[in-house]
Order: sequence, then C-alpha cells, then structure tokens
Amino acid sequence: MGHRITTRTRASSIAGIIAVALIAVGLILPAFASRSLIQDLFFILTMLTLAQLWNLIAGFGGMVSVGQQAFVGIGAYAMFAGVILWGWDPVPAILLGGVAAFLLAIPMAFFAFRLAGAYFAIGTWVIAEVTRLVVAQWKTLGGGTGTSLPREATADIIGVETIARLFGLRDAAARDVLAYWLALALAVATLATIYALLRSRTGLALAAVRDNDNAARSVGVDAARVKWLVFLAAATMTGLVGALIYVQTARISPDAAFSVTNWTAYVIFIAVIGGIGRLEGPILGVLVFWGLQTAFADYGSWYLLALGLLAIATMLFAPRGLWGLIHDRTGIALFPVQRRLIGAKDG
Amino acid sequence: MSHLLSTHGLTAQYGQFKALFGVDLHIDPGECVAIIGANGAGKSTLMRSITGVLKSAPEMILHNGTPIGALPADQILQRGLAMVPEGRRLFPSLSVEENLLIGGQIRKGSGRWSLDEIYALFPILKERRHSPGTALSGGQQQMVAIGRALMSNPELLLCDEISLGLAPVVIRDIYAALPTIRATGAAVIIVEQDIARALIVADRIYCMMEGRVTLTAPAKDVSREAIHAAYFGAAA
Amino acid sequence: MIWLDVLVQGILLGGLYALFAAGLSLVFGIMRLVNLAHGDLIVFAAFLILVVVQTFGFNPFLSALIAAPAMFAFGWALQRFVLNRVLGKDILPPLLVTFGLSVALQNGMLEVFSADSQRLAAGPLESASIDLGPVTVGTMPLLTFASAVLVIFALNRIFYTTALGRAFRAVSDDPTTASLMGINPKSVFAIATGLAMVIVTIAALYLGMRSNFDPSIGPARLLYAFQAVIIGGLGSLWGTLAGGAIIGVAQTVGAQLNPEWQILAGHIAFLVVLLLRPRGLFPRAVD
Ligand SMILES: Nc1ncnc2c1ncn2[C@@H]1O[C@H](COP(=O)(O)OP(=O)(O)O)[C@@H](O)[C@H]1O
Ligand SMILES: [Mg+2]
Repeated sequence: MGHRITTRTRASSIAGIIAVALIAVGLILPAFASRSLIQDLFFILTMLTLAQLWNLIAGFGGMVSVGQQAFVGIGAYAMFAGVILWGWDPVPAILLGGVAAFLLAIPMAFFAFRLAGAYFAIGTWVIAEVTRLVVAQWKTLGGGTGTSLPREATADIIGVETIARLFGLRDAAARDVLAYWLALALAVATLATIYALLRSRTGLALAAVRDNDNAARSVGVDAARVKWLVFLAAATMTGLVGALIYVQTARISPDAAFSVTNWTAYVIFIAVIGGIGRLEGPILGVLVFWGLQTAFADYGSWYLLALGLLAIATMLFAPRGLWGLIHDRTGIALFPVQRRLIGAKDG
Repeated sequence: MSHLLSTHGLTAQYGQFKALFGVDLHIDPGECVAIIGANGAGKSTLMRSITGVLKSAPEMILHNGTPIGALPADQILQRGLAMVPEGRRLFPSLSVEENLLIGGQIRKGSGRWSLDEIYALFPILKERRHSPGTALSGGQQQMVAIGRALMSNPELLLCDEISLGLAPVVIRDIYAALPTIRATGAAVIIVEQDIARALIVADRIYCMMEGRVTLTAPAKDVSREAIHAAYFGAAA
Repeated sequence: MIWLDVLVQGILLGGLYALFAAGLSLVFGIMRLVNLAHGDLIVFAAFLILVVVQTFGFNPFLSALIAAPAMFAFGWALQRFVLNRVLGKDILPPLLVTFGLSVALQNGMLEVFSADSQRLAAGPLESASIDLGPVTVGTMPLLTFASAVLVIFALNRIFYTTALGRAFRAVSDDPTTASLMGINPKSVFAIATGLAMVIVTIAALYLGMRSNFDPSIGPARLLYAFQAVIIGGLGSLWGTLAGGAIIGVAQTVGAQLNPEWQILAGHIAFLVVLLLRPRGLFPRAVD
C-alpha cells in the first residue's frame, strides 16, 4: 500500500528552499547593507525570536505568560555580571544569560504552575516584578539606575576586529554586524528547534496538553513534564536573546531590561497580529510591527494606544491573526505541523 | 390551525457530526407526548434544539405558528417552554429553595405554580429546602428539577429522562405528580426509555432511531411489534 | 510599640488592597475571566473622579458618586460588546484582549492626562487621625478599611440574598442550564462587570485620596489585587480582605526594615503563601 503520513506540503517544500536562500542572503548581507539596515534587521530578528518563543509556550502550550521580561532582564543582567564582575568577553557571556534564565524559570514554573488557567498569567508577571526589584538591589551593577558595559569590554569583543577589517567598517558598526549575525543564528535556531519540536511526539503531546490536560493524561501524555520542558526551553532561549540585545545596547537598567511593554506587550502584539499558534504568525507579525514602529513610533503613546486597540480588534474579528486570514483564503502553510494521510494516488 | 409546538424537517449537528435528520413532530395544548428510542437516538438533541440550547434555522421550529428555531434558550423559556434537563443539572451553589426560585425568577407566568404549590406537590422538598440542591438523593433532585421548571408556569413542559437511574418506588412517586401537572392545562413532552411507562402516561408516542422519527402513533393502539421495529430497526 | 503600630497600619493598608481585589474576584468568580486591565481601570476611575472634582468643584466623595454610574455603564458596555465575544473555553482570547486594553488605557490616559502625578484633595481628612490608646491611626486609612468591610459585606448580601446574586451563582455554576431558566448569561456577565466597576470606583476614590497616582501605576495595583485574591482563596470575599491585610502587613513590615523593600516584601509574602497553601487560606469547597 502506498499510504504514508506526511506533514510536507508543496508550499512547505518551496518555503524550505526559500528559507535556505534567505539565510544565505542574510549571512552575506552585511557586505552591502547600510548600518541602519543592519540595526533594523537586528531589531526584527530579536523581536521575532522572542515572539516565536512566547508563541511556543502560549500559542502552542496554552501557558499565557505575561512575565517574559523576567527572562530577557535576567539574561541581560547575567551577561553584564559576566563582563563586569568576572571580566568575560561579552559574546561568550551571552551564554550566562541562557543559564540564568533557565535557573530563574525553575522557581517561576514551580510557582506559576500552581495557579490555574488565567491566573497563571498574573503569576508570571508577579515573579518578573520580584526579579526586577531584587536586581534593582544589586548595587555593583548599578542598582536601580543601571550601568553600561565598560569601554574596554566592548572595544575588543572577539571577532569584531576581523569583521571590521573584512568589511572595512569602524568598530561600532562591526559590533552591530556581529550582533546581527548572532541574532540571525538565534532566530534560525529557534525557528528550527520549535518546528522540529512541534513535529515530534512532544509536539503532539503539547497540542494534547493545550487542548485538555485530563484528556492528555488519559492517552498517556505526562502533561506536567511536557509543560516544564517547553517552559524551561523557551525561558532559556529568551534569556539568550535578552543577553544578546544588551550586548548590542551596551547599557542596562532594571526598568528597561524588565520592561513589560518592550519584552512582553510588543511580543504578544506581534504574535496576536500575525497569528497565534502558527509559526508563520510571528514572522508576518514582526514585519507588520516593524512597519508600524518605523512609521508611527514618533507618536509615542498614541502609537501604543493604537497598537493595543489593534490587538483587541484582531482578537475580536480575526482571532487567528493575519496569517490565519491568509491561510483560510489560500490554504498555504509554510510550516505544516498537521499530519496528513497521503494515499497511494498522490503519494 | 397551528399547533402549540411543531418541528419541520428539524436538523441538528455537533461540529461535523449530524445528530438529527429532519424531525417532524407536533404537540397541541394539554397533550402529553412521549418520545422513546434507544440511547443515542437523538432524543436529548431534539429537546436541546427545541429549547434553544442548540440553534436551528428559524422555520424549523414553530411555536403557535411563530418561527422560534433561532431564538436563544432564555427567550424560549420566556415564551412558556420549560425543560427538565437530562441529568437534572441542579445548581450546586444554590439551596433547594433557591433552585426552585430561580426557575420562576424571570418568567412567573400565570398559573397555579408557586413555591408553596411545589412544596405541596413534593413535601419532602420543604423539609430539605435549605440544603444545597446537590446534597439530595437522586429522586429528590429530580423533584427539584421538575419543580424548578414548573415555577415558570410553562405552557409546555419538556422532561428529559426523569426516571433515569432511579429506583422503581421513586419513579412511581415522581410519575404520580404528572396528573397534577397536566391538570393545570400544560402540555408535556416526556423522553422516556421505559416503553411500558411511556405508553401508560402519554396520549401519543414518537419513536426515534438514529436521528429520525421512525414511528408516531396514539399510545393506546400501538402494537408491540410496531414499536420493536421502530426502536431497533426493521431488520431486527 | 513600634511593631504594633506597623501591624495596624499594615492591616489598614490591606483594606485598600481588598478594595482593589473585590472587583477582580467578583468577575473571576462569575465568569472565570481574569481582567489584566483591572489596575488600569482603577487608575482610569481615579482620573474620572478627578475630572468631576475639577469640573464641578465637588469633593472627591460626591465626585465618586457621580463617577460610579458612568463606570458601571463603561463596564457593562465593555463586557457586552467586547469581552462577551471572546469568553469561551480557550482562556487566551480574553487574556489578550484585556492585556491589549491595559496597554491602550495606560497610553490613552498618558495622552489625555500627561504623566504628571495627581491627587484627589480631601482637605483636613488627609491628615486627621484618631487616638486608639496604644496606637494612633489615620482617619483616612480607617475609612478605607471600613469601606472595604462594607463593600465586601454588601457584595456578600447581594450574592446570597438577592435574585441578582442567585443569578450570579447559577450562571457561575452552569451557564447553559441558567439559560434554560430564562437567564441570559451574557446580560448577567455585563451586570457583574458593571458592578465590578462600581467597586473599582470606590477603590479609585481611596487610591486617589491617599497617594499620588499617574497613568503608569495600574499594573502594580493589578498585582496587589491578584495577590489578595489568591491568598484569600478563590471565590472567598472575606478571604480577599484577609489576603489584602497580609500583603499590607508584609509591606509595612518590609518598609520598616528598609524603605526599598516595601513592595518586594509584599510579593514575597504572596509567594510564601502560594508555597504553603496553594489554594489560598479560605478555599471554596466546590470549584
Ligand atoms: N455534546 C455532544 N457532542 C457531540 N456529540 C454528541 C453530543 N451530545 C450527543 N452527541 C451525539 O449525538 C447523538 C444523539 O445523542 P442524544 O441526543 O444525547 O441521544 P439520546 O438522548 O437519544 O440518548 C449520539 O450519537 C451522541 O453521541
Ligand atoms: Mg438523552
């Protein structure tokens, strides 16, 4: 018999080829692109990664966290600690960010998972606040006012000199290129990991957990274990992104690093507008978001007001976001995770 | 002349699953109609469609000739159609008395039923009136569920499996109330798996199988064979 | 005697937090909806009172009385036209809608009222105090606490002795069966949110008279409210008052040790309770 199970579609095969091409272009882009384009792309890639990670836990896992800023912040501060206190190079210190976020995620999950359903959201927010308040007590890293990466540390980040020579750039611009490459690597790795996860048995389990804890348990899925796994993994990656963002920024304060607006509200809006529970959603969402940001950010709070209302309108009238609308019209899925039975005829 | 209630080609589905395929039924004022059929035949689905828990196309259900198929449940009750749902579904946070009161909270109707009248019908409920509704025995809970529906003084009372899971003596007590209920002039639809009992209490019966009405006949002159065929399918 | 004073001040502060929490608890109890904009709605109500004060020159109490019906209407409409459409088995849509509302409200207030700190002037009441033997307490904190007790008492009366409260409980138990009783659950939800906004107005009144407020402080009020609800046990209104008192005492004790620790101490107390009593101090028997 010619039956087999596949998740591949024509669109996804084409998307795969385009993705490889895009990554290749992305890698060599710094040779031609202006510094401001590189900075914009850095912003897009880091926000995309954060949105994918939030989408993973909330959209796919049903754990609506409003405390992702905790991981961005702790990741960034851990990187700063590595550089300032222990003299690490900022780039390897990014790994400290991942470790710190992982360690924070353990108590966070422990407490927040005790809160049923919707209260989980506020629980994560509380822990993020606690983390911010504690970090603000850390006087050697500037306490409540924050601090900057020392000039010596940013001056000789590994690889920067090579990049500077290669592209004929100044050090500051070369740092942006390095950060951009790292952001690209993180974004690709995150997307690939999530895609692989969703197609694996764990992905199936996650879908079962999201839809119904009890049903999942009855078919032999350890709901708690799957939730822990996904939550910790997403937190770790979020910590890495946070650290990377602050390598590029080189200046930190508790209010900025633990900002609920920057690291959770924006991220949620990106996922909502693009489409929750689909890998394509945040990609589309981040482009829309960047467009809005570029066009309207000067309007300050009017802009944020509009963004909040846009998110509400999306949930009311197109709850599966822009990508949901596109998918409904065209049936296109770039990252198909639904399993389809392929019969002998079209197999 | 239009009936008190009638359905016309009524269909219903849960998601993709079709549960009713064109049901035609009617009932006139004061009548008692029994609906029988095996488990899964679609009896409860029919009750839910009539009472607005499941939405239908407007013309599929007429009340005194008016299309009501698309009305929500709360408006159906206000038109005088009250249901005793399958499984009783008392409110756990409400006492027995509160469960009764809430039945007549929105529509009091004009008729005999009031809290005192319900207590006269089921005296045990008066004794237990301050207990949580769900602390009662199954039979007592069923009495509360019936009383709750009566509190709105309905023109049509729909009872879904009021004897399910109860001991024979308890069933007898509950059915003893039916004549009193009918004496007020209310029409009654009962869903009942016990065919013999259905034939005793009803004027007419409908038998359902797999989402369709397979038999409709006056209760007093229907043959066992006809019921058997309608219940289990002609091949049986 | 200093610690006795700290304790009393903390408990009285808890009254304010219980006021923040009562509306949240009410709405969650009836429709399992967590409104992430709850704190911002409190701040919004405070600005509304301020506008009435400034426009008509009334005192804050009278102004709150005028603001309350407006807030009821606002809550009713919010539920009727927005939240009812997203309520369902999936908890994500209502959370995201209220989160969007939170951001929109904060920034809308920022544009309209600026980031400046505001206050509702209560005249001599602000500094008045009452001597209670071993401790002296401010009249304002005492009034706040008394109002919290009154609000919770009134809510309990509504819940357990009125037809509306009966409908609240029935809809909370089983909306489908409630609709078979002629009750429209969505209308009941709208009334509940309207009522919650009246409580929010009372909370806003005391918030504004006791301290400065600006458009950014909403989320922190949400967190205090939430903590009071969880500590008290979901669905227990008196528990919410106890929860508020615990947060209040933790904060005053923390502040006594080190002013920078005030907020942190409140959060820590919450985490400790969550660790020891995950279902809160006074959990409801049936959920
Ligand atoms: N909520 C539901 N979701 C999906 N299918 C349902 C649901 N309720 C009933 N069904 C299905 O519809 C059919 C009719 O059910 P029901 O009306 O409850 O039958 P009866 O009351 O005659 O036993 C059955 O096949 C049943 O499995
Ligand atoms: Mg049934």
